[in-house]
Amino acid sequence: MTVTQPRPAPAGDQQPPRAPRRFSIRGNDVDLGSILLEGRAFIALIVLIIIFSALSDSFLSVNNMITMTKHVAYNAILAIGMLFVILKGGIDLSIGSTVGLSGVVAGVLLQGLQLNSLDVVLYPQVWVVVLCSLTVGTLVGFINGTLVTRFGVAPFIATLGMLYVARGAALLISNGSTYPKLGGDPELGNTGFNLIGGGRILGVPTAIWIMVVFALIAVFVLRKTPFGRWVYATGGNERAAELAGVPVRKVKLRVYMISGFCAATTGLIISSELTSAAPQLGETFELNAIAACVIGGAALTGGRGNVRGVLVGAFVIGFLSDGLVIVGVSTFWQITIKGAVIILAVMLDQAQQRIKRSKNAALAAANKSSGPPASPAA
Amino acid sequence: MTIPGTRAQPSTDVVMRAIGIAKSYGATQALKGVDFEIRRGTVTVLFGENGAGKSTLMKILSGVESPTSGLLELDGEEVVLRNTVDASARGIAIIHQELSLCANLSVRDNIFMGRELVRGGIVVNERQETAETLTLLERLEESLNPKTLVADLRLGQQQVVEIARALAGEARVLIMDEPTSALSGSEVEVLFRVIHELTAAGVAIVYISHHLEEALEIADHAVVFRDGALVATGERADIDLDWVISNMVGRSADDLSPDLLTEFGDVVLSLRDITVADPTNPARLSVDGFSLDVRAGELVCLYGLMGAGRTELLEALAGRVPVQSGTVTLKGRLITRESIAQRIDLGLALVPEDRQRDGLVQTMSVGENVSLAGLLSFVKGLWISTPGERTAVQQEISDVRVKTAGPAAAITSLSGGNQQKVVIGKVLLTAPEVLLLDEPTRGIDVGAKAEIFALMAREAERGLGVLFATSEVGEALNAANRVIVMSKGRIVREFDPRTATREELMIASGESTDEETGAGA
Repeated sequence: MTVTQPRPAPAGDQQPPRAPRRFSIRGNDVDLGSILLEGRAFIALIVLIIIFSALSDSFLSVNNMITMTKHVAYNAILAIGMLFVILKGGIDLSIGSTVGLSGVVAGVLLQGLQLNSLDVVLYPQVWVVVLCSLTVGTLVGFINGTLVTRFGVAPFIATLGMLYVARGAALLISNGSTYPKLGGDPELGNTGFNLIGGGRILGVPTAIWIMVVFALIAVFVLRKTPFGRWVYATGGNERAAELAGVPVRKVKLRVYMISGFCAATTGLIISSELTSAAPQLGETFELNAIAACVIGGAALTGGRGNVRGVLVGAFVIGFLSDGLVIVGVSTFWQITIKGAVIILAVMLDQAQQRIKRSKNAALAAANKSSGPPASPAA
Repeated sequence: MTIPGTRAQPSTDVVMRAIGIAKSYGATQALKGVDFEIRRGTVTVLFGENGAGKSTLMKILSGVESPTSGLLELDGEEVVLRNTVDASARGIAIIHQELSLCANLSVRDNIFMGRELVRGGIVVNERQETAETLTLLERLEESLNPKTLVADLRLGQQQVVEIARALAGEARVLIMDEPTSALSGSEVEVLFRVIHELTAAGVAIVYISHHLEEALEIADHAVVFRDGALVATGERADIDLDWVISNMVGRSADDLSPDLLTEFGDVVLSLRDITVADPTNPARLSVDGFSLDVRAGELVCLYGLMGAGRTELLEALAGRVPVQSGTVTLKGRLITRESIAQRIDLGLALVPEDRQRDGLVQTMSVGENVSLAGLLSFVKGLWISTPGERTAVQQEISDVRVKTAGPAAAITSLSGGNQQKVVIGKVLLTAPEVLLLDEPTRGIDVGAKAEIFALMAREAERGLGVLFATSEVGEALNAANRVIVMSKGRIVREFDPRTATREELMIASGESTDEETGAGA
């Protein structure tokens, strides 16, 4: 194709005039700039580790790494659930409250369920307790999803409302007080709850194992199942997805249920580790989860993001917070720095998207199918 | 330039001149070096088929787009219109083909949007705006409350507001792109009277309409476009309908015609008395008593103007909007309340009109877009079989001849024609019995158009029934076995494309089966 005009520039005022340094990976030309941009969250993580280990001797120790990773796990599990919602093009603000609610549900069951009419106290086994908590969390997600799909409430509003409702429910159930000593009693047969968050397998805390399992399942669901593809399609272009026969409403409902389930899991892990359940548990957790998704490259407009990115995002946030504490930076600075990192991440993401768009537009202009129809694509 | 005190010879003074204007989108040339004059106090009417370049030229004249080459002169001096604000500051206003009102604002706020009357530099002078709005509406003989929300108006009234907005700007050059498409007969008369008033006051008007006779009625000067070039100009006294049509049609520049079958199979799709409500105004019917049979192997074309009800009919068949009454039968099976997914399963799939809005998921790759609709057929147990999907996608991509780096390429890296082939490939992968296509060649270049029609013909040969909508006469005549001309939701006439002429089709598309009554519904 010959273009007589100097540059039609279909989609951009400023074409990058720089000549990027090019090298080749698997036969594809890649330039250094876009590699750095693509892997920015990962690079940021490595930079953090280098800086903090230079500033503190204890930062790189195995124990500290395990502790920090355990903290990361709480947020990562929430963020994986949040990723489903964000990929669909929604948002779930209620997960922090769901964390609290699920802990309280576990607490009330482990303390013994008073049945006044029968004059007995019921002590369900731990697996029943876990199941009940997870069900409650999923139910919160179901309500969110129903509000969004059936009643057409905007996700932000629906989940903001449920943020208050779920927190209120946790406070009502517990009457505002914390359930202590969730260890159970061997005589009652309800021991073992503290193993969920406090136990270790092969020396690694269960919370980390749970994060790994959730991440693997999420990768599988998003990449290998029709449901995963539908989530991406619905978030990318809901109208087109619907016309292609994607059950858009069902997809929307499910992502909120997944998010609620993940939140309930986190609630169980944390209350198990603390062996107590406070109704205030999980306040502002939703913001950390959203931040992890965003730093990991998920687009709040939907359709773009992956589990790997979200995990790296969760590690960046977790290591940054813990590292700043270890180095002894004041809390006020910690908050400020965290905010700045989130904004920086989104700015870099915008830059990357802009480059991608202009590249694709240039490709599209070069890909005109004006050739004779007799030449089939190889 | 000095402005003469009288309108003695208004047809001679040129307000605006376009010299050698060309515009390309990528490799598609929408305008090929057009010279064009707009004269003071006259109505210049632009004729041309869809895609002939009229709307592109109007966008350039009103600052929406900038030309690839060529220049614009205003009052004899070269100007560069950076954007629409720039253009309207110079007295050039446009009434867009698509309504560009904010539905959440009132009539008054829309009319003064972007040029609010301000008191003391801070406060919007609502009283004065209201008064001026009332004066404007009075002039257009439309009794509306200035504080009514635009969302609560019917389409025709919205168009009146759009016109009022253009009038409020004190334009010297007023461009009207299909201003009457939603107006009732009496509203059109009022508009024409206002146009006469404006020209008498020295305003230059550029008018585009598909209703040829209506446009001829107010023309002082006619210009005909074809394939991005200006092919004929004439004064009102020297021209008639035949002159317009024969110039619009010209020689058949694009011989699209693929080889078509002449023998067909059984009826695969049968429609009886279909009615569909207008989604934006449920009191009106978009499709009104439509009956049609499509046979296996047959290519049936729905030809009609914008708003004839073609899109609504196809969307109703695909399950996007509900069918109000009537029956749809697919291969002997009655389709009633099936969802879109169920209809795709049964073999009824739509290639939508708006590729970007309804056809593609822009965040996904070429391959993921192709497999989206037929995804469930690759599922083995719980998950998608990667080799199964890859093979099917590869095969479909080469089958519909998408020019791409591979299934993993971004969908936005494809040209319009190739994107359209992806949408068609996606639909074909669901193994349809009947293929519905709405304006399948919209916005793609000639080479790709021919390929897409060849594709449709090939699928028909494989035994599919094909029903496609178009507003281009050439396509209707060259690419179909049968042409159904639609107007106002009804079948006006049916043509055999081997014997019908372009003129017949165009005239038929402007007719309606009955006069619309009760326009104020």
